[in-house]
Amino acid sequence: MAKLVGGICCSHVPAIGAALDNGKTQEPYWTRVFSGFEKSKEWFRQMKPDACIVVFNDHATAFSMDIVPTFALGCAAEFHPADEGWGPRPVPVVKGHPALAAHIAQSVINDEFDLTIVNKMEVDHGLTVPLSLMFGQPEQWPCPVIPLAVNVVLFPPPSGKRCFDLGKAIRTAIESFPEDLRVVIFGTGGMSHQISGPRAGLINSNFDKAFMDSLAGDASYAKDIKHVTYMREAGAEGIEMVMWLVARGAMDAKVEEKYRFYTVPASNTAVGHLILENAV
Amino acid sequence: MASTATPNTPQKEYADIPGTFVFDADQSAKGYAINAFCMTLLKAPNREAFKANEAEYLKPFGLSDEQTEAILTRQWNRMLELGGNIYFTAKLGATDGLSFQQVAAKMTGMTQEGYAEMMLKGGRSVEGSRTRTEWEKKNG
Repeated sequence: MAKLVGGICCSHVPAIGAALDNGKTQEPYWTRVFSGFEKSKEWFRQMKPDACIVVFNDHATAFSMDIVPTFALGCAAEFHPADEGWGPRPVPVVKGHPALAAHIAQSVINDEFDLTIVNKMEVDHGLTVPLSLMFGQPEQWPCPVIPLAVNVVLFPPPSGKRCFDLGKAIRTAIESFPEDLRVVIFGTGGMSHQISGPRAGLINSNFDKAFMDSLAGDASYAKDIKHVTYMREAGAEGIEMVMWLVARGAMDAKVEEKYRFYTVPASNTAVGHLILENAV
Repeated sequence: MASTATPNTPQKEYADIPGTFVFDADQSAKGYAINAFCMTLLKAPNREAFKANEAEYLKPFGLSDEQTEAILTRQWNRMLELGGNIYFTAKLGATDGLSFQQVAAKMTGMTQEGYAEMMLKGGRSVEGSRTRTEWEKKNG
């Protein structure tokens, strides 16, 4: 049977992708960000996952205002990097895992989470920047990736609790998949930031730290944070943090924090990163 | 000027968050044409066509006159006020060669340098930025 071996939470700032793609990783501004992921790369190599589920948000790339699915699972064999206006990122095509994705879709829908199924989708920085942070600039990504897109663009996104509960349903799905796969789940986006309106630039490190502390614990505080609280305390776009709760929900009630990193800023955003394993 | 824009209608629970346009269903309905236009800028030939003749390019989208003017004059807050969403209008920013940080800075009314420096120093503090009352007290 497949097994969930870890959870990774991290931010997805587009400027991080641009810094990598334009060879700026040695500039002090950016070494401060990238050095925070060196230990994570080692952790990933040792875990040897066979597949990753990456919970992310699309930024008006695959989904315009024509159709806005709340949760959309990528079931395709591959996902191409999108042109977001600056040209597509020069990163590998993301290979999916159609068999596991189809199994998850069936399992969570039967579990009353009415997902949208996506069989063709281009992926933007929301998905590829976390992969770049964790894997650098390889020829191919180290394993298949199942994208799970969460609407955080059109208010309201799903609640933190709903995200957490979806994570639990995904865990059930993983553990009923007949192949012996080692699976890692990513929760991406955040942390505090606001990139729109006169209040742009807002950062709230205290809020971010309390959120990470909660996720490393039982998540009871974090999963009940209201949307208006995210927006007021962590910036209008800080609401992306609900996506971390999908990853946390998939883990055991008790987790072990293997690694944490936090820095301000990357462009407009606080960068946070956690690695969690189920407590033994 | 940008910072006097009045986001959100008062009856919503998030209406008291200052300097913020919450992109909800009402805003989305109002700004469909802005966002539909911005989506076309994902394709390089469209970016070129837009740059060649902006006013002409905008005609088929069913924009209101004020939406058209906000786009042509690059009033970034006004576009959000009229129903645009930042992830869409950022594509117009990209077409102009602007990064997310540069677009964000424009919406604050700060200089690029001032904004970048504020971010390096830890960003805008949430203290004084939680409600309209404290925001007005802080920012005058």
